[in-house]
Amino acid sequence: MKANPEFYDYWPYENRPKIKWPNGAKVAFWVAPNIEFYELNPPANPHRAAWPQPYPAIQGYGTRDYGNRVGHMRQMKLLEKYGIRGSISLSTALCDHHPEIIEMCQERDWEFFSHGIYNTRYTYGMTEQQERDMIKDSMETIYKHTGQHCAGYLAPALSHSEQTLDLFAEVGTELFGKEGKETAGIYTCDLFHDDQPTPIHTRSGKRFVSIPYSLEMNDTIAYVVNKVEPRRYGQMIQNNFDRLYQEGAESGTVMCIPTHNYQVSCPHRIKAYEAALDYITNHPDVWVATGREIADYYLANGYDSTVESINQAKVNIDLSAMKEAK
Amino acid sequence: MTDIKHLPENYLDYEQRSYGMDHQLYNWSMLTDRKAIKWPNGKKLALWINVSVQFFPMDQKGKPFKVPGGMTMPYPDLRHFSLRDYGNRVGIFRVLKALDKYQVKSTFAINSRLVQQAPYLVRKLAGRDDEIICHGWDMDTIHYGDAAQSEENNESALIEKSLNVLRQATGKPIKGWLSPAKNQSENTSRYLKENGIDFCCDWVNDDMPYPFNSTAGALWNMPLSTELDDQFILQTNLHSEESYLTQICDACDYLIDEAKEQGGRILTLNIHPWILGQPHRIAVLEKVLAYIMSKDEIWSASASDILSEFTAQQD
Repeated sequence: MKANPEFYDYWPYENRPKIKWPNGAKVAFWVAPNIEFYELNPPANPHRAAWPQPYPAIQGYGTRDYGNRVGHMRQMKLLEKYGIRGSISLSTALCDHHPEIIEMCQERDWEFFSHGIYNTRYTYGMTEQQERDMIKDSMETIYKHTGQHCAGYLAPALSHSEQTLDLFAEVGTELFGKEGKETAGIYTCDLFHDDQPTPIHTRSGKRFVSIPYSLEMNDTIAYVVNKVEPRRYGQMIQNNFDRLYQEGAESGTVMCIPTHNYQVSCPHRIKAYEAALDYITNHPDVWVATGREIADYYLANGYDSTVESINQAKVNIDLSAMKEAK
Repeated sequence: MTDIKHLPENYLDYEQRSYGMDHQLYNWSMLTDRKAIKWPNGKKLALWINVSVQFFPMDQKGKPFKVPGGMTMPYPDLRHFSLRDYGNRVGIFRVLKALDKYQVKSTFAINSRLVQQAPYLVRKLAGRDDEIICHGWDMDTIHYGDAAQSEENNESALIEKSLNVLRQATGKPIKGWLSPAKNQSENTSRYLKENGIDFCCDWVNDDMPYPFNSTAGALWNMPLSTELDDQFILQTNLHSEESYLTQICDACDYLIDEAKEQGGRILTLNIHPWILGQPHRIAVLEKVLAYIMSKDEIWSASASDILSEFTAQQD
């Protein structure tokens, strides 16, 4: 095990080269609805139990199912109203279970990226080959049902291995090639270390980036983990935006709202969410984008200068005292 | 990771990966694909107030889990036992006054063991022109497990006893069921249907009734929201009373708007006398009821009345 995954280098949030978003936008803003499928009776994983109660755990299961039966249409309508195309973090088995949802999102030119097969199949304990097979299956499923080359990844239930990002980058190239430019396996949403995109080290050396996924803005984190009141959640989103918009005048920032149709689309919560979307999209210098669009643009226009800047920021300090202390 | 426990080779087999649900309990259906419902007199939003009247035994077994709101201290946990009992002695009477003040048609979900523990209260509630549904035996008798576990627990006899006791004590037919902690076993729906129950209120995956494929025939599921439950908002999430009021009013407004476009909806409030019946909280229930009942679009009805109206409009 490692004390630091070392996917990226330290890069201070000062003196960075200016990121210029299209049309002089200050913030690249994206919304990532997680469209998930949880299984009622998944195989046991010794590292993490899917449900706290014995089978059938109908409360947890039913709560998630609400998102697909009821919540999806509410959020889709809302995003459409504010001119936002969703970037879907997809449990790809949903293509098989609920193809109606996939078709509606496709009609609206939304992006689909991989969130594994099911949100009840954890990466923990998988061999490298199993994880590679699972990732490949998910990317092939997205291609088969939507024709899209899957650009992004958010590990199922945020369950990772040390190889997760490497495998995703490699499988993307293996499946869709790199003629011209890489179209698949180019960004991850799994790291929450920054408000700007970051180059990520991969063992293959592929140009690969982390796109900010703003976990603090995630409705499940806010509502379930932090137990935030609905209107306060709406206000938190606006405060988050205000600061990133202000700082974005110096160098472009990224803001994401990661959502779940079983949280944000509940009748007592959706108005607060709408107020936040209305607030953000009424600002002039906002680039309303998808995860792939941000990653593509950054790889072409920001990646190289960032690498240079990171190298310039490296500082050598005498570590001999640390060695002696051992 | 060192010492990692590897998964079996078949961990990536997906036997249920096909159209619809990954089980046979009910069918996949999006709410917006269903027929629009019209409530009586052109009303848009049915209001279902469900008062959960509960008995938490002090000798809690906690099997297979401790019910939320149950005992947490070493035996004898007088503190939690008596705080819950407060609801049945004092809180419920404040709740009844509030319901009557705003002329709300109500549904009472009663733990059958209260017939023995608080017969006065059961008789009082049975004497009202409201609905009574069964809330299982008590809050420590949880329906759980697969079919084999259910048989081992003799769940069939438990459901029969719970219903017989409540039917006899109230003289009412009892057509609805709310499981303690909304937990079910693989067999619960079948036993409910076999015992003359028309609907359960345990599944929280919809905003409208839908049919459940019990092996004994169709059982309806009525959508009793956990998200809007006073216990969930005030005790689990630790939100303020003011926030409870705001959340309910926001939900009410949203559902009325949605109903105008898509057909009748239901606002379901599950409330607990041991929570809202406290002196510092009862006013918030009154404010909630005052707000909702001031709306022209509201139809205050019992769970059975809502379901009857709904099923009459199905093909």
